[in-house]
Amino acid sequence: MKFARNVLLFSTITMTAMSASAQDLRIGLQSDADVLDPDQSRSFVGRIVYASLCDKLVDITPDLKIIPQLATSWSWTDDGKKLTLKLREGVVFHDGTPFNAEAVARNITRSQTMPESRRKSEVSSVESTTVLGEYEIAINLKQPDSTLLAQLADRSGMMVSPDAAEAAGADFGLKPVCSGAFEFVERVAQDRIVLKKFDDYWNKDAINFDTVTYLPIPDNTVRLANLLSGDIHILDRLAATDLQQAKASSAVNVTSAVSLGYQGLTMNIDNGEQANTPWGKDKRVRQALSYSIDREILNNVVFNGAFAAGNQAFPPNSPWYDKSHPIPERDLAKAKALLAEAGYPNGLDIEISVPNTNVPTQVTQVVQAMAAEAGINIKLVTKEFATLLADDSAGNYQASQIGWSGRVDPDGNIHQFVTTGGGINDSNYSNAKVDELLNAARQFSDPEKRQLSYAAANKILQDELPIIYLYHPTWIFGVTPELSGFTTYPDGMIRLENVKFEK
Amino acid sequence: MLSFVLRRLLIAIPTIILISVFVFTLQKLLPGDPVLAMAGEERDPQVLEYLRNKYRLNDPIFIQYINWIGNAFVGDLGISLRTNQPVLELIMEKLPVTIQLAVIAILIALVIGIPTGILSAVKKGSAVDYCANAIALSGLSIPNFWLGIMLILLVSVRWQLLPASGYVPFFEDPLKSVSVMIMPAFVLGTALAATLMRHTRSAMLDVLKSDYVRTARAKGLKEQTVVLKHAFRNAATPIVTLTALLFGELIAGAVLTEQIFTIPGFGKLIVDAVFNRDYAVVQGVVLVTAVGFILMNLLADVAYVLLNPRLRSSS
Repeated sequence: MKFARNVLLFSTITMTAMSASAQDLRIGLQSDADVLDPDQSRSFVGRIVYASLCDKLVDITPDLKIIPQLATSWSWTDDGKKLTLKLREGVVFHDGTPFNAEAVARNITRSQTMPESRRKSEVSSVESTTVLGEYEIAINLKQPDSTLLAQLADRSGMMVSPDAAEAAGADFGLKPVCSGAFEFVERVAQDRIVLKKFDDYWNKDAINFDTVTYLPIPDNTVRLANLLSGDIHILDRLAATDLQQAKASSAVNVTSAVSLGYQGLTMNIDNGEQANTPWGKDKRVRQALSYSIDREILNNVVFNGAFAAGNQAFPPNSPWYDKSHPIPERDLAKAKALLAEAGYPNGLDIEISVPNTNVPTQVTQVVQAMAAEAGINIKLVTKEFATLLADDSAGNYQASQIGWSGRVDPDGNIHQFVTTGGGINDSNYSNAKVDELLNAARQFSDPEKRQLSYAAANKILQDELPIIYLYHPTWIFGVTPELSGFTTYPDGMIRLENVKFEK
Repeated sequence: MLSFVLRRLLIAIPTIILISVFVFTLQKLLPGDPVLAMAGEERDPQVLEYLRNKYRLNDPIFIQYINWIGNAFVGDLGISLRTNQPVLELIMEKLPVTIQLAVIAILIALVIGIPTGILSAVKKGSAVDYCANAIALSGLSIPNFWLGIMLILLVSVRWQLLPASGYVPFFEDPLKSVSVMIMPAFVLGTALAATLMRHTRSAMLDVLKSDYVRTARAKGLKEQTVVLKHAFRNAATPIVTLTALLFGELIAGAVLTEQIFTIPGFGKLIVDAVFNRDYAVVQGVVLVTAVGFILMNLLADVAYVLLNPRLRSSS
């Protein structure tokens, strides 16, 4: 006990010493970011770095409301085909270039036309931009697009210095120039990304660190050890299995928010030969599988209850969740009856592809055990993740345990997965009514109308189950008690405004 | 001596070419589409096609190989599909890290392995011998990752003596650099120490039985001189070869150790590259490693000749 107290004292002293001097904030990330160019970026963890490096036109609140960042206000025309933004004055990029309507126009063009751009689909509804003044710009759309603002709250809305971007071309990510609270200093791949405070930041009074260092530490145990030993101050994605240990330690504060993403079983409905099974052709067997699963128990067994059970593309706490279809109770009798009705009273076999990492394997094993009681024999086919992606895309699977990191706008979680010809519709599911409803939801600017569309589509999806949703991960952060002001967001980003070391 | 080195270098060339073909084709056999892995969650078909063309993944494999090896020959190993950094730059950035780790690990292995090997040979059958053997055996059988995690939990979390993981360049802050490196090097070094100890012991036992050692003793030399000066020098030859061969094991061990201790070295570079299907990086790293391995062997052969005069005439 005395030993523990000494350790605690020691760590407190060292941390206080650290905070008194350099004000360097060290953040342990679960993995290394990819290329640091918002237009080329594709990794989740890259976005965590952008949260300090690149300001966006708009931002979100923890309850998913859109709020001003570089745009101070905005308005839609009644036909929903024109978005006018008023821009913040006195903002400069890290290279000194002033931020204005011209810069916004060039940024949108870059997202749309740069060959390497991964943002094309996000801004595909934009037809043109009109510079209305130094600090006012209109975005003209091909058709109404209610998802656009949410896209501008993410990478599509991140403003890079247009001159620097033009000069660097595809190599911009090697030395990114944005307008965020911190500017780029250096990056050593797989080791660290260092940013320093930007002196001309428009909101610099809210920033309390001289430098921020992001350290990719993939091993969960080692990342936690770094937090416990005081080597890092914020830990990205604490493993649910480490939750008890972290909560028991006085050197760690745990804070969390249910994410926007989901995990589930994508069923191969009509993607190639392997769809020619009862699993692809008969919704009753899919319903039976869904009824055989107790999602709460799954959450308790694999995640210590720290995640959120789910049955839709949006988590139950989301404003878009359809409350008329709550998480179904496990019902073995019903599952067996459905199987019998479909002509399989003695049960049925299925192969589920699983990424060869701990969590997906454990999840599928729990599902396997539950489904077995209904007479469904699950065979796990573990695959390395890149292989799984390629196989899912090519239709080499019956069912696949896979998920989605989630988007602020509900459209991003559902449209491309279940509409005919959707970009990630690996199950090749197609239902004209669902297409119609989800396309309509894109165009309504009235949230209530959108809500009704999503609920109507969900009703069909709950019956046909191209994706059997299982759970929604929770972003769990470990934070040193010396830090105050840290807030978790459902997008899992680390925002540093008003976060500081307590003296 | 020079012609010996030159001849060995010539023999190395077909080996390197063979390795390059092997690396290239094996990697293409990996399932999974690199472009899909690159695209991540965004999968715009237009972008996928653009990337395929940009990285010439649509060319026939033979043409791809010729392009790659041709460029590699003039020092251009391509750019990383993931971070857009030139592969050569990445390798030059990571190489010193792994070399530093390897050097400290080898030092630890030598300091532990050789004295205990000599000691247990000299005191064969005694308690010291059994003890050393038991330690060596556990050094061999304790998995790297377990020892690594245990050390982190004990030394960093509990005692807060050393940083848990990471890397500091040697010339930036030598003291901190070594303090970060000491745990991973120890983990890596202990397994090697065990192998070294076993080989030193058996080599010493062989030599200690030979006639000239008996003669040396009969001359009335001090036992210490007999063991260290006469016996060990001869026993050292196979140990040098072994140390060079251990280089390969070291790289393999570094893959795991670097992963645990988050050291941005060669091993971590290649593991991450394989998972991200970062072809250019995997190819570059394996090629450079293979060349390094061949050079280490060459170096060992040269050292061998220097240590053993009898080999000089035949070379």
